Amino acid sequence: MTTAGQSHTPVLPKSNRLRRRFLSLGALLIITIAVSIFLGRYPEPYWMPPRLLWEDPLAQRLVLNLRIPRILAACLLGMVLSVAGTVLQMLFHNPLVEPGFLGVSQGAAFGAALGIIVLGASPLALQAMAAAFALLGLGLSAALARKMRFGGWTLRLILAGIAVSALFSAGVGLLKYVADPLTQLPELVFWLLGALWSITWTDTLSILPVAVIALVVALLMRWRLNILALDDHTALSLGSAPDRERTVLLVIVVAATAAVVSVAGIVNWVGLIVPQLARRIFGADAQRALPGSLLLGGIFAVVCDDIARVAFVGEIPLGILTSLLGALLFAALMISPQRSQPQTQDTPAAGGRRE
Amino acid sequence: MNPPTISLSNVAFSYTGTTHTLFEGLSLDIPPGTTTAVLGPNGSGKTTLLHLILGFVAPSDGVVLLAQRPRQLYSRRDLGKLIGLVSQNESVPFNFTVLDYVLLGRAPHLQLLQTPGEADIIVAQEVLAETGLAHLEDRSIQSLSGGERQLVMIARALAQRPRILLLDEPTSHLDLGNKGLVLNIIKRQTARGVTTVFTTHEPDLAESVAAFVVLMRNGMVLAAGPTHEILTAPNLTQTYGVPVDVVEIAGRRVILS
Repeated sequence: MTTAGQSHTPVLPKSNRLRRRFLSLGALLIITIAVSIFLGRYPEPYWMPPRLLWEDPLAQRLVLNLRIPRILAACLLGMVLSVAGTVLQMLFHNPLVEPGFLGVSQGAAFGAALGIIVLGASPLALQAMAAAFALLGLGLSAALARKMRFGGWTLRLILAGIAVSALFSAGVGLLKYVADPLTQLPELVFWLLGALWSITWTDTLSILPVAVIALVVALLMRWRLNILALDDHTALSLGSAPDRERTVLLVIVVAATAAVVSVAGIVNWVGLIVPQLARRIFGADAQRALPGSLLLGGIFAVVCDDIARVAFVGEIPLGILTSLLGALLFAALMISPQRSQPQTQDTPAAGGRRE
Repeated sequence: MNPPTISLSNVAFSYTGTTHTLFEGLSLDIPPGTTTAVLGPNGSGKTTLLHLILGFVAPSDGVVLLAQRPRQLYSRRDLGKLIGLVSQNESVPFNFTVLDYVLLGRAPHLQLLQTPGEADIIVAQEVLAETGLAHLEDRSIQSLSGGERQLVMIARALAQRPRILLLDEPTSHLDLGNKGLVLNIIKRQTARGVTTVFTTHEPDLAESVAAFVVLMRNGMVLAAGPTHEILTAPNLTQTYGVPVDVVEIAGRRVILS
């Protein structure tokens, strides 16, 4: 990174460079989405010539009814998981927390498993079950945390989340064990691995409102999030009502996570790795890291889903790809030198640099 | 605007879940626009006293008045504008830059969904200049030394532009040089008419900057008043429960134990 371009104005000398980064990331997201429309396995593997959109009615229908809703769903999924990850990491003062935390993922998995095995549920009912149990997971965690007699609110929520998750995952294990290995088990396993293969406009539109509301609220509160990441006493002394504000954000992002998990299944690692990446690029301040996380999450999930549906004849479950790429990226981030503030790396205590 | 007073009258308080009463009938007037040091052994209630002033905990009896107004009548935001706090274990879990972190002090002056603007950045930069941290503005907090970090925490509280500044053991982990820097900042705030209260384990610190001293033991105020009257050998002996001597060396009083 260069220190050239340091302006002499006292106000936000970094703002231009950051704006450029946001604009290029936004452009990259739009390009990724546009290119994804032409990726697929029709009429032949990988690339569909754009002219087919005018010439081939089947291509038109394919793009309009299958690819576009799926790409949008992938984008929403990535954005929601990444924003939820950023919000939860800050609320819990812990960069290793992810949206599935607090019994949400395991609750959703249990709900879906119950839907498949006990009710033989239709896709829509399965989604409803997954969302309901995801929220139940959150509710149970919060209730348990409230009853605990020791530790701060954050520690109690973390402990309660671990207990509730273990409870539901035991339930999922039991349901797997009793599932019919020929009919029910494959469906359950595919759902647990996370995939967008059956996404329709109905699914995409059903998660759109809650996802958009959550993203907008989180974006509006992005600077406030920094205050909520501090310890309670400091947050209180800064005029915030940390418990109330944390609860509002928590409920909103978990509801959105439950919604996307209910259509996509368990998609791991996105909500963990993207916020970390965003902080590396944009710095720790959530005023910049949160929007950065939103854009990166959209790009990451759309690219992963492109690979999932295009690379092979049979579809790879999305959750496997995000885990694979996410874990590789995570390892790379962990062993690369910390450069959260790129421009100051070579100028320790650069007295007088501003003059 | 006159510097604000802090006044506690007949305050009782005990932590929920315990039968032990920490404060009972505690009355204390902290004079406006000066520096007050609160001294006392561990567990004597120094931090709880600060928390009562801030309203983190509510007294079961009695009144806390801030600038002649009952504390409960202030909203959280108004308290944030009135009082800045540097707590003992302010943790920063994410690697903010110094400027971004100090900007958080502007929160009480902003609405819930507002982000800091140019005016806030100017205040933050003024505070960084006042505290001698201007050259660290773009550094990340985790790359700072312990002393620099403590100064950043104080700068964050000063960015609130508070009229009351509370510091909980602000020098406890600092070397002599950094201790001096913190004391200078305290002196400058007092000169600006800020009512400053700090807790400490070091009577010498109280001697060097405080105009007013409060001695506490077991939730009781043993003595409170002008520093030279209060910091005496018998008072300190009673406070700490060990023999303490006060001697004068080169015109300065030094506390020995």
